[in-house]
Formats: sequence, C-alpha cells, structure tokens
Amino acid sequence: MKLFVRSAGFLVSVQDLGRPGYRQSGISIGGALNLHALRVANALVGNDDLFAGLEATLGNLRLRFDDRRVVAWCGGEFTVRIGNDNLPPGHAGVVAEGEELTMAAPNAGARAWLAISGGIDVPLVLGSRSTDLRGQFGGYEGRALRDGDVIPLGTTSRLKERRFTNRRTDKSGDFEIAAPWISEWSAPTTWTATTRGDRVLRIVRGANWDRFTSEAQMSLLTTPFTVMPDSDRMAARLEGPALPRLDSSDLLSEAVVPGTLQVPPNGKPILLLGDCQTIGGYPKIAHVITVDLPIAAQLWPGNFVRFHEVSLAEAQDLLREREEDFARFRVGLSLQMS
Amino acid sequence: MRIEPLGDSALLVRIVDDFARDPEASLNAVLGALRSLESAAIPGVTELAPAYATVAIFFDAARIESFDALETTIGKILHASSLEGESEVEAPWHEIPVCYDREFAPDLGDIARAAGLDESEVIRRHSGAAYRVNCVGFIAGFPFMSGLPPELATPRRAAPRKEVPAGSVGIGGAQTGVYPRSTPGGWNLIGRTPMRLFDVQWNPPAILQAGDRVRFRQISREEFEACTR
Repeated sequence: MKLFVRSAGFLVSVQDLGRPGYRQSGISIGGALNLHALRVANALVGNDDLFAGLEATLGNLRLRFDDRRVVAWCGGEFTVRIGNDNLPPGHAGVVAEGEELTMAAPNAGARAWLAISGGIDVPLVLGSRSTDLRGQFGGYEGRALRDGDVIPLGTTSRLKERRFTNRRTDKSGDFEIAAPWISEWSAPTTWTATTRGDRVLRIVRGANWDRFTSEAQMSLLTTPFTVMPDSDRMAARLEGPALPRLDSSDLLSEAVVPGTLQVPPNGKPILLLGDCQTIGGYPKIAHVITVDLPIAAQLWPGNFVRFHEVSLAEAQDLLREREEDFARFRVGLSLQMS
Repeated sequence: MRIEPLGDSALLVRIVDDFARDPEASLNAVLGALRSLESAAIPGVTELAPAYATVAIFFDAARIESFDALETTIGKILHASSLEGESEVEAPWHEIPVCYDREFAPDLGDIARAAGLDESEVIRRHSGAAYRVNCVGFIAGFPFMSGLPPELATPRRAAPRKEVPAGSVGIGGAQTGVYPRSTPGGWNLIGRTPMRLFDVQWNPPAILQAGDRVRFRQISREEFEACTR
C-alpha cells in the first residue's frame, strides 16, 4: 500500500485530471500536463479516469512498492525498466514487492505520466489530488516528491491483478507468477509516445488575432519558435520573430486556458500550460487545440516549434474523434482483461 | 453582448464593452449573466468564471451537441435574462483590517509624493473608500478591486519585487488588492492585513468573490501583532 521514492529525479509530482470548479477563486485547473496520457495509463492498469498518478519531468526516477502493482506509462522517449526488463510506453507491467521501477533521462521529450494500480492515495483537496506547486497545496504535502518520500497507494484488487496475469497462468490455474510480466497488448502509439520530431502544434485563432499586424500573423504561421529556458508547468516561453500589434492599448484581464498563446508587449509569445493563471491581460493571438496539448507538454528549452492553423470545427471534430477512440479503447481493454 | 470562442473547449461572453465607464453597473450585468447561466445548468458545461467584462464558459467538447448549438443556447439564456431587467445582485460586505505601518508600506512615500498628499492623508483616503471586487485571479484568492480614489492611482512598479509578503495590501494602476500569500509581485505596497483571505479548506477557498464589496479599516501595529499571534 506504499510507494517508496528511492530517487525523485528532477521534478515529480502527484497529478490527476486537475481541479476544475474553482476558477472563481483564482485556482488553476492544473492536473497532468497531458491529461490524455494519464487517462490512457490509468486505463491500462485498470484504474478509473480520476485516479492520481505521477508526472515525471526528465526522468531519473527510481521507485519501489511494498506490494505487487500493475504500472503503465505514456510520454516522451524514456527508458523505463521493471528490474532489468524494459517496459515500453502504453504497455502494462507488473512490479513485484521490493522490485525497482526505474525511469532514465529521456532521449527526447520532457515528461512522462505513470499510473499505478490502485492510484496514489493522497487526500482530495478541493476535489482533486493534483499538486498545485505554485499554491503549495494538493498532491503530496503540496510539493514535488523528494528522495525518501513514502507515498500512500490505494487498494488494488487481487481479481484485477489476476486479469492482468491470467493469459500466462490460466493453464496451470496458478495465479502466482514470477514478476515482471509485461503485456503484449498496448495503447495506440500516437497516445503513448507524444514526442514528435517535427513539433507542429495546430492552432485556432484567438480573440485578438486581428490586433496583430499581417506580418505578425504570417510569422506565427511560417516561422519556427524556440522554447526558452524559463519554461515550466505554467507556460512554455517562446522566442522567434517579434509579433507586433496594430494598437498597443491595454486589455482588461479575462479568462485564459491551457493552450492559449498570448503575446506580452515584448512580442515574445507565451504558450500557457496546465498550471497557468486563470486570467490574463495580454492579447491572445491563438490557442493550441486540445488534441495537440500532449505535444506541447513535451516541449523543452532549445526545442523548435511551429504552428499550423486549423478551423475551430476541425479542432472540435478531432477532439470528439479522440474521445470516441478512447471510449472504444476502454471497451477493448476490458475485453483483453476479462 | 458578444460570444467568442476561447480555444476549442471554452467560450468567452463579452457582457459589456466599456467596463471602466461604469464598473458598478458593468459588474452587476456580468454577475447577473453569470447567475442566469449557472441556474440554466447547460448540459456539457463544466465551469463558469467571471472576470471584469466577461464570463468564461468551459465545456466538455465531447458532451455538447455542437458548438453552434451551445452558442445559440447561451444567447437565448442571456437574452431572456436581459429582458427581465437588472436584477438585484447579492454583494456581501467585507471589512479588512489593515496596518499601514512603515515597515509594511515601502511604497507609501512614493504614492504620497506623486499624489501631493501627506502619507497620513493617503492612508485616510485608502481606508475611507468603498471598493468592489472586479475579479479574483493572478494567484489564487487575489482580489482586483475598483473604487480606489483616482489621486491614489499609481502604475505598477517597473521591476516586480522577488517576494511580496502574504497579507500585503497594494495599489496597481487604478486598482487596489491584497496578496493572499507571499509571491513575486509588482504592486505598490502600502500596508498589510493579518486577515486570512484564502484557505483550501474553505468553500469557496477565497473569501472575496467577484462582485463583493470591501472596506479597509486601519489598525495599529499592536492590533496587527495581536491578530497574528
């Protein structure tokens, strides 16, 4: 029922699907920067959507458990091992009691989402187990994990584990198997490996698109931007050609969302991510569409990123399509496990 | 009123065009729209949040009929509520004790000089005015308030402070506000309150909500210390 953090790596935090419902009090939505990846990982280990997992940044993570758990992960190009065995992204694997789960530094991408059967059992704060790092609440003691932390896990049913392991053991009728066991089936790679070489983010126009010069609009759609070092869970700060405005009048603050591409007076766009503020006063030139936020969550300083415009209808169709695919995936998964 | 997309999973309803011309009436219109939308409980809508002239509507794109249908529904609800005329908007009063002690007010001198007033007069005017919360944000529980006497309006500091202590009361442009916790910040600091404004154990976690009314009451350093002990 416990997770031992042998090495916490660079930045690991407890995250779930975020904390909606409190924007009126100024509380960020937060949650996994790639919500879909966490949902897929949770589904792979037999958890509900709402279970909390871990978001690891840049790896260097070593974990142990005091009982047997099923784990799965999605994200950048990491090497994850159970003992000496490789656990590819989107596959479920069984970690035996005392065995070590390791995640090395990535070859590409920045973040990974790890689900553990039973979920991370930290208290709900305002309806969520997500860590609000800036507000210092939620998650485990409102902070990133440290070496030596012992994190409570939820109950996991014996039956559930049996479902995961029976393909190999049902002939003998013996469900005690020698871990590790890694599933042959997996989730679609577009969901589980979100690091793309080309890094093109699709956007829809923002409310203030027309406040920018036609050169600025053209630059946004044709020129690569570089991700700057002061990027974090709140935002990826970008540098490229300046994006000048037609008029410099100030705007009243209004709602911003993860994916909003806002441009402060210095002309350098800021791509907001999950931990972004609830409101902002900078003009919004565009928004990265929801289905491409998983790619945005992998951006790391030095990366190049390009933008490609799509229509709002297309963005919403893509999102609806992905949700339908996910619903089918869940059904398929339950067939695999039954 | 205008409805604009805010990415592919949210909408922004612009209730008034010129908020600053009449913040009081603008806020009432925005909060009236918020209440109408809340009570309509539109399927697929997950959250509503007001800020100045706008109400943001967050929805689950997989659960709504279509974007256009949602827009039409919202338009109808707001049209119906606007026909009902200006409804009484509930706006509770809060009194926030503030100690304007020199140690808590590193920018009081600059504000007084710029306004051509004594520091004590700045304090008298700041604590004598009636304020209203325009919106809550920047950090959780931070209230942006209108009602500041115009002569006290001061642009934000060119270089933000690396750390503003929790409870700091500041002036940013034509607004005043209170930092619910320590954070980097660029407002001009003129005092500090011992009152807690935000706690995740409360519901809602922020005491001050958009539309609420606020008065500041000057307290001595002794009172401040007694409250924080």
